[in-house]
Amino acid sequence: MGFLAPALIFIGVFLLFPFVWVFIISFTNRALTGPGAVSPSFVGLQNYLRLFDLQRWMRPGEFGNALWNTLFFVAGSAVLGQVPLGLGMALVFHRCRRALREAVFTLAIVAWILPGVTVAFTWIAFLDRDFGTLNAILTSLGLGAVDWYFDYPLLAIILFNIWRGTAFSMLLFSAALGTIPPSYWETSEVVGATGWQRFRDVIFPLIRPHVLTALILVTLWTFNVFTPYLITGGGPLFRSETVSMYTYRVAFRFLEFGRGATAAVIIMVINLILAVGYLVSLKRQAVYQ
Amino acid sequence: MRAHRARSFGKVLVLAAVAVGLVGLSAWAQPIKLTVTSRAVRGGVNTQLVQWLEDVVFPAFVAAMRAQGKDVQVEFIQFGGTDEALKQQYALDLSVGRGADILGFDGFWIPEFVEAGLVKPLEWVAGPAVWQWEGWEFIPLGMREILGYRGEVYGIALGTDVRVIFYRRDLFEQAGILQPKVGIHEWQPRTWEELLDTARLIKERLPGVIPLQINAGTDMGEATTMQGWFMVLLGTGIHMYDFDAEKWYGQHPGILEALRFYKTVYIDEKLGDARMQLLPGARARTFEGFRDGKIAMLVEGDWFWRSVIAPGSEWAVPNREEMVGWAKMPAKEPGAGYRGQDFVTISGGTGFILNPNTSHPAEAWALLSFAFSKEMQLEFQRVQPRIRCRVDVPVLGDPAMTAMAEALLPLTTVRPMFPGYPKISYEAQLMTERVVAGLMTPEEAMAAYKDALEAIVGAGNVLIVP
Repeated sequence: MGFLAPALIFIGVFLLFPFVWVFIISFTNRALTGPGAVSPSFVGLQNYLRLFDLQRWMRPGEFGNALWNTLFFVAGSAVLGQVPLGLGMALVFHRCRRALREAVFTLAIVAWILPGVTVAFTWIAFLDRDFGTLNAILTSLGLGAVDWYFDYPLLAIILFNIWRGTAFSMLLFSAALGTIPPSYWETSEVVGATGWQRFRDVIFPLIRPHVLTALILVTLWTFNVFTPYLITGGGPLFRSETVSMYTYRVAFRFLEFGRGATAAVIIMVINLILAVGYLVSLKRQAVYQ
Repeated sequence: MRAHRARSFGKVLVLAAVAVGLVGLSAWAQPIKLTVTSRAVRGGVNTQLVQWLEDVVFPAFVAAMRAQGKDVQVEFIQFGGTDEALKQQYALDLSVGRGADILGFDGFWIPEFVEAGLVKPLEWVAGPAVWQWEGWEFIPLGMREILGYRGEVYGIALGTDVRVIFYRRDLFEQAGILQPKVGIHEWQPRTWEELLDTARLIKERLPGVIPLQINAGTDMGEATTMQGWFMVLLGTGIHMYDFDAEKWYGQHPGILEALRFYKTVYIDEKLGDARMQLLPGARARTFEGFRDGKIAMLVEGDWFWRSVIAPGSEWAVPNREEMVGWAKMPAKEPGAGYRGQDFVTISGGTGFILNPNTSHPAEAWALLSFAFSKEMQLEFQRVQPRIRCRVDVPVLGDPAMTAMAEALLPLTTVRPMFPGYPKISYEAQLMTERVVAGLMTPEEAMAAYKDALEAIVGAGNVLIVP
């Protein structure tokens, strides 16, 4: 037990304490300015009732709206975007020339590790209505310019996040493909399987556990990602506001820590559910193997 | 053995004493460092403030202190973000006992910071000696209240301001509204309808030009409330707050009229560009549009004139005096404005406060009062002429600024100074946003505002006037 103490203390100080603290202040009117800063008081479930006020739950700027946006954001950028795209890239480049593969992987990883602020600025410039690169390309192809950030803000940050995060699933699947013995690959070629047949009958069954892992990890990560805030600020009209942006707005722009903590608790619960799903899937995977 | 131990203990003691002494001496020899921060960047936003402080005030102050035998260093920390981001920074800094010694502060932040115990009166920070300063004699009560709350004074205001409609003379001439050849040099609408008619004329004659931009939406923050919402609402005869009843207007025909005005401008007739108000960086977009001659009329504060479009600024309009005119904002009808006025405006003010966490309160106050001496304020007038807080410092060398002050200071009003105001202000911004984006009708937006207001101040403090 003794040798676990440092780890337990670490977890206690940096994980459990903040969790408990956030949970406690979610029942108070604690704020950074105004009377709630000097003498915060317990307000019971008021913050939660306000968060789940069904009358205005889906109104732009409210929590329900943010949750709905987050759902689209996660589904679009993680489930439909990063995971299939990462898998596709890993497959396409798995058996191709080493130099080419390394070059492509390096580029994808660069998109992943570049600082968020730099990348956000680049994307603002890329998608600008009047001077953006993408619209310049579209116009030169004879297609009209699109007002990305105004008409499709959620789509804009979904595209951004796919670009930003595909490297992770690509690396993960690439490693998974590496575990498949080359002889399987060659055998399938000898028996004359098409690419699709090989994928369906040989590759996918072998990497299925990894697909689940990637899905859950990427979902968790995308759920909490904050960089899109630097691009759209959650706007216009809260159309691209996700739950992490909502929490930030309430806690650090309005400086209402109590209400911010309430949103944070809900997010933690959702994350917890996803994490449990992840752990269960890992366990199943172990049993399967 | 014991003697040896005692002797070595003595040695350690001597060494320790020497070390402490050295540290003390070096502290003595080190200059006192003072820091000042505000939303200002050389060559960017509020560049004039940086120029004045760094080029004039600081060297003069350091020299004056040296003459008294004090070695002082002063540094200005430039902040280039939005006002809202600065407020956020202050709240976080002050709550952990940090921050620059002197902070550039907006007056309407004071109540909520005071209630949170984050800022303290000048007297509390630097002692009762602050009242011996010669400057107070020349700073009227109204100016002290800008950075004041409940009878206490927290800082000194740089001055106050007024709000007007700025217009591009070149566009007005192209549209035939100004006709210098027949002697029409000025433009002054007397009703909302006249203002809208001018906008319609510009829309018709100058395609591609945005005729009239009235601040709306949450992105601009307080600029929407002050330059937009208040300027329209006051024209209907009411304020956001009834100072006699001590209640907030939650429902009132005036609110509806004001929202309908927004709807006319942005939705029904598209005289303004709603997209510009809703995207991030909305305010800078309006500055750019006005500079580039894409916006014909913009309701703004005199800060816009003396800082934003002034020579040397990022959004400088070349030949400002000839290119830009200003007009008073009319009430809906003559006499229909707040207090029965024909024209309306509102004032706020920013200034500097002492950080209660400063390690050098006396020197910080010395610097603050030095910067607000008549001599230094006159120097500031050279860089940026405006309405200053000291009555012995006139507006110098800017007839337009003088004229704005004379015409509008008698008509002006102020925001209600309460800790809850910033939240209510945000709700008003949201209300305009919902209307100009076409998400809600004026009636729906007002109802949502009323709900939010009741949640903030309690239903008992909200006035319902059907």
